[in-house]
Amino acid sequence: MTGIGLLIPIALGLGLLGLAAFFWALRDGQFDDADGAANRILIDDE
Amino acid sequence: MATQPLMPHDLPVEVKESLFAVPGIHCVSCIAKIERELPLADSIQSARVNMSAKRVAILHDPVMTPPELKAAIAAIGFDAEPLADPGVDIAAAENRALLRALAVAGFAAMNIMLLSVSIWSGAEGATRTLFHWLSALIALPTVAYAGQPFFRSAWAALRQGRTNMDVPISIGVLLTTGMSLYETAVGGAHAWFDGAVMLLFFLLAGRVLDSMMRGRARAGVAALLRQTAPGALVLESGGASRWTEAGALRPGMRMLVAAGERLAADGRIVEGESGLDIAFLTGESAPVRVCPGDAVQAGALNVEGPITVEVTAAGADTVIADIARLMEQAGQGKSRHVRLADRAARYYAPCVHLLAALSFAGWMIAGAGVHQALLIAVAVLLITCPCALGLAVPAAQIVACGTLMRRGVLVKDGSALERLAEVSEAVFDKTGTLTLGRPVPVNLRRLWREDRAILLALAQASRHPLSIALRQALETEGIVPAPLSGIREVPGEGLFAEFEGVAVSLARPRGLIDLFGLASEYRRGKQAMLLQFTDALRPDAPETLDALRGMGVKILIASGDRPDALEDIARMTRATAIGHLRPADKLALIGRLRAMREKVLMVGDGLNDGPALAAGHASMAPASASDASQLTADAVFLGDRLAPVALTVHVARRTVRIVKQNFALAIGYNALAVPLAIAGKVTPLVAAVAMSTSSLIVIANALRLKGAVK
Repeated sequence: MTGIGLLIPIALGLGLLGLAAFFWALRDGQFDDADGAANRILIDDE
Repeated sequence: MATQPLMPHDLPVEVKESLFAVPGIHCVSCIAKIERELPLADSIQSARVNMSAKRVAILHDPVMTPPELKAAIAAIGFDAEPLADPGVDIAAAENRALLRALAVAGFAAMNIMLLSVSIWSGAEGATRTLFHWLSALIALPTVAYAGQPFFRSAWAALRQGRTNMDVPISIGVLLTTGMSLYETAVGGAHAWFDGAVMLLFFLLAGRVLDSMMRGRARAGVAALLRQTAPGALVLESGGASRWTEAGALRPGMRMLVAAGERLAADGRIVEGESGLDIAFLTGESAPVRVCPGDAVQAGALNVEGPITVEVTAAGADTVIADIARLMEQAGQGKSRHVRLADRAARYYAPCVHLLAALSFAGWMIAGAGVHQALLIAVAVLLITCPCALGLAVPAAQIVACGTLMRRGVLVKDGSALERLAEVSEAVFDKTGTLTLGRPVPVNLRRLWREDRAILLALAQASRHPLSIALRQALETEGIVPAPLSGIREVPGEGLFAEFEGVAVSLARPRGLIDLFGLASEYRRGKQAMLLQFTDALRPDAPETLDALRGMGVKILIASGDRPDALEDIARMTRATAIGHLRPADKLALIGRLRAMREKVLMVGDGLNDGPALAAGHASMAPASASDASQLTADAVFLGDRLAPVALTVHVARRTVRIVKQNFALAIGYNALAVPLAIAGKVTPLVAAVAMSTSSLIVIANALRLKGAVK
């Protein structure tokens, strides 16, 4: 039982962390230009 | 006022952001080129490309005017048009809100399912109650947050005395959550939080797909969209000129319009002679000659020499604004179309609610307690909740739209697809729709290669439509321009230059002028040759019209052109053609057809087709159409071929067939599951399995549309 008491909050916490990361990425505009982001990796910086 | 503080002199330079549509961005080097080379100009701080939307955001010194920025982009080899309003994109914001709701629902559904699985595998007593409480803790905020799109839409429908798909969804979700909360509080065996949240997750997935589809098509159209004119250079009393935004133009002002610019307001020419391209108004591609005293309309493209125009009407008083108002009124009929899903909901919702009420009453009469009867009624509601129904429509439509997009058709939204499927008569505009809408040279083959090289070099120096046509035709042949010296453009006359000491020119024909004015003369030394142009029919127009006839769609050609100009086309396409129609006449024609119970598909491109496009049951426009037409049309097709029109109708019909199959599947699943629910045999486990399976089947069926165009 103590195992569950420990694991459930951990599981929920990790899930919430992922959710928060997604929200942050969304607000940061990371999904605004998916095509551009895919292509930008090919630009050589001198 | 003696203690006025000193103003610091080193304030940071003010920057302004401008948005430009650059349709030519299609690869990495385009991005790199724009972002690296634009900031090399003094007053441009930075440029950022959005490749999906084909836009460039430029941070620049406020002294830079839109034409200067446009010239800067043109200097590195891209066609650009300023976008009017860089303000908030409402559709994008809505899509983001839905994505957020989907993420929350997905997170909650996974975690609750984890807890539910332990309950189903035999957790009992205190553990089960604890897990139920934990589920409630996750589910309640989730329902409150992620359920909002449905609750809001359902409430809006109910307030107007209507019902839509969101009404049974909202009632189902709220009742299930409420009942589960009660069960948890009294320590009951079954809580349905997993079902309620999973339902929200699936339905939100459908909504996100729907909204993404609309967003993608809109971004595509916006990238093609060329703003009429953001403003003009206004001549001030002192002789200086100042850039003035279109909204600030007033009658009496004098604007300077250089060749290649569009007029920002209606007016009268006071100085200069030129040719104006008013294809946006008439659909005719040949420029119209204008001289001092002539009236000109906002949006006209000045193709030859600089002119000075005295403004007579600006903003809402212009001819364009009038047509826009006509379109707005005509478009109101379209909003009366009831979407398939909502039509289904009209019958579905009352059935489901009646069924739930009947099972509650039945079990009460049979002697079960209020508690048990209520539990069964809730189970009926949850099992019949239109999970598969909610996905049936968007899943099919997004697959269809994706398929069409790959074939060069941008469909604006799902309702457009439904209306396109119903059309029974297609009305085509001629110029720019059945024809390419631009002059195509017909007798270039008779020239030597060297002459063609000279011609290309001459044509490159001008923005006259005939020069552009020559340039396009010669460039596709792979001609390299010849080195010319002393190229000069004489407004109204043509282009003059020298090649190896011999005078060459591309000019207005001296002798017999072609009946339609679509001719130009090429001279080299003493030789002269008349270059003829014609507005060619789209290569596959007759086949496309035949294909439409094969689908049972009647064909009519409605044009503003002279009837004799329509004869050839009518014969080639074997269709009835009506000429001499003004925008209001076309609108009236659509009205008459509608009165004859025809569902009209209007295909047109010019602003003169705008009202008819808005009034048609469905409408399509080529990507070369005027901005207003592209905005009004339900679908925009790219390229020189007309085939996408027939293809779109075909795919739209298949989509509606698939949607109806999906409805049948969903109803079949209900026919199996509802008796179980009424009998009180449905546990949360059964509900979860049934819901997922039916959703997967519906999505799999929708994916069959991928092959619809092969």
